Amino acid sequence: MSAEIPDWTTGGEGLTLARCRACRHVQYVRRPFCPECGSEDLSVERASGRGTVYAVTVVARAPSADLSAHAPYGIALVDAEEGFRFMAHCPLKGVAIGDAVRTTFRAFGAGLVPFVAPEGTP
Amino acid sequence: MSVVTGIGLTPFGRLAGASTLDLMSRAATDALADAGLERREVDGLITGYSTTHPHLMLSTVFAEHFGLRPSYAHAVQLGGATGFALVMLAHLMVEAGAVRRILVVAGENRLSGQSRDAAIQTLAQVGHPTYEVPLGPTIPAYYGLVASRYAYEYGIEDSAELAVLMRANAARTPGAHLTEPITAAMVRDSKPIATPLRLLDCCPVSDGGAAFVIERADAARPGPAIRGAAQAHTHQHVSAAPSLTAFGAGDSAARALAQSGVALTDIGYAAIYDSFTITLAILLEEIGLAPRGAAGRLAREGHFSPDGAMPLNTHGGLLSYGHCGVGGAMAHLAETVRQMRGAAGPRQVAPPALALLHGDGGVLSSHVSLVLENGR
Repeated sequence: MSAEIPDWTTGGEGLTLARCRACRHVQYVRRPFCPECGSEDLSVERASGRGTVYAVTVVARAPSADLSAHAPYGIALVDAEEGFRFMAHCPLKGVAIGDAVRTTFRAFGAGLVPFVAPEGTP
Repeated sequence: MSVVTGIGLTPFGRLAGASTLDLMSRAATDALADAGLERREVDGLITGYSTTHPHLMLSTVFAEHFGLRPSYAHAVQLGGATGFALVMLAHLMVEAGAVRRILVVAGENRLSGQSRDAAIQTLAQVGHPTYEVPLGPTIPAYYGLVASRYAYEYGIEDSAELAVLMRANAARTPGAHLTEPITAAMVRDSKPIATPLRLLDCCPVSDGGAAFVIERADAARPGPAIRGAAQAHTHQHVSAAPSLTAFGAGDSAARALAQSGVALTDIGYAAIYDSFTITLAILLEEIGLAPRGAAGRLAREGHFSPDGAMPLNTHGGLLSYGHCGVGGAMAHLAETVRQMRGAAGPRQVAPPALALLHGDGGVLSSHVSLVLENGR
């Protein structure tokens, strides 16, 4: 993982992707190789955080006691403009499938998680 | 060809004091008795897993406990698809001549062996540990995401009818976990769990066990025959699913049917995995037993009722007979065998000549389809 690119999975405020230099496949869930063609020649890039909501739910009951104070919370699957899908938190209301969203980062549980909201909202 | 000669199915629900091994033993005892066999007459054993009894070698833990010395044994883990994966494996092992008779067994005190919070937390760990679990999703949340997309593309109002049907079927089934009648309005008004899914869209967590004896076909020992078995695996995590409206179920079912040399229109009974109403709707539609978006409407119209064109999960399914983990889907097969034998009591349908069974594991990630032919 490139140290200069912030990644929320390691505590930084950013979404990263890895693009295969051989076949151009984009992966979000990172492996040291391309799952499409097997190449290990990957370019790690920062994603814009812009995308379109593919699916959305509101979780009424958290999976564990340490998260139950946060409930209810919204979870969305977002199709990033770079061509990968990611899971993010979202507002409880005002987010619908097909909405264009942008990403910020919020504290949740033990760390930071991506938070998407419709373009143009504060 | 392989045949199912014995079934064992415990009641599902709160069975306080029964451990995983107790429930597996009860089901195995019943399956052997049903098959008219002694322990020593079984040479193979395959088991599922249990979240309340995690072990590297559950099959041999059970073999020792139950008093078996099999020449072939291991456990299988494929989430909700495990039950039918066990049956498919037993079928393949028998067909290959590697074993003569296999005992297939699963059981778990998933409800009373741990707190409800522990059960929810354990199950939620099937999410991606880095990219999903830190966001606090639950199993209903993964399926809520699926249901939101289905609602967007087809509308989801009628899917409550599937819960109503499963509850009505369970009311006629001794041993069912949930039997109090419900209406579609009650489903739609039940408390939100993970939108658009509500409490009555979700199966309960149950204790229970199930077992089968599967053996080489022998005219002297008749039983329903496994004619075809196939799988499809498209992804593990919901974030990685190629689509949330098209999964591998249609592919898996089509190959099981082709292997059997029968068409979907020849099928007279359906046993389909129903962890949530959305699961059942999507699987029925993808397999081709309902047009896209129409499974709930067909249920409301009686198409899937015991006296309808395609009886479905006449024991009440996971949604109402209950869900104890691996044994949950095995109840679907136990019921299919009972219907084929004409031994389903007050819920007996015209004994079907052919049945299609389908299970899924993960978030519609892993699919197993079976075609069963009545061998009476």
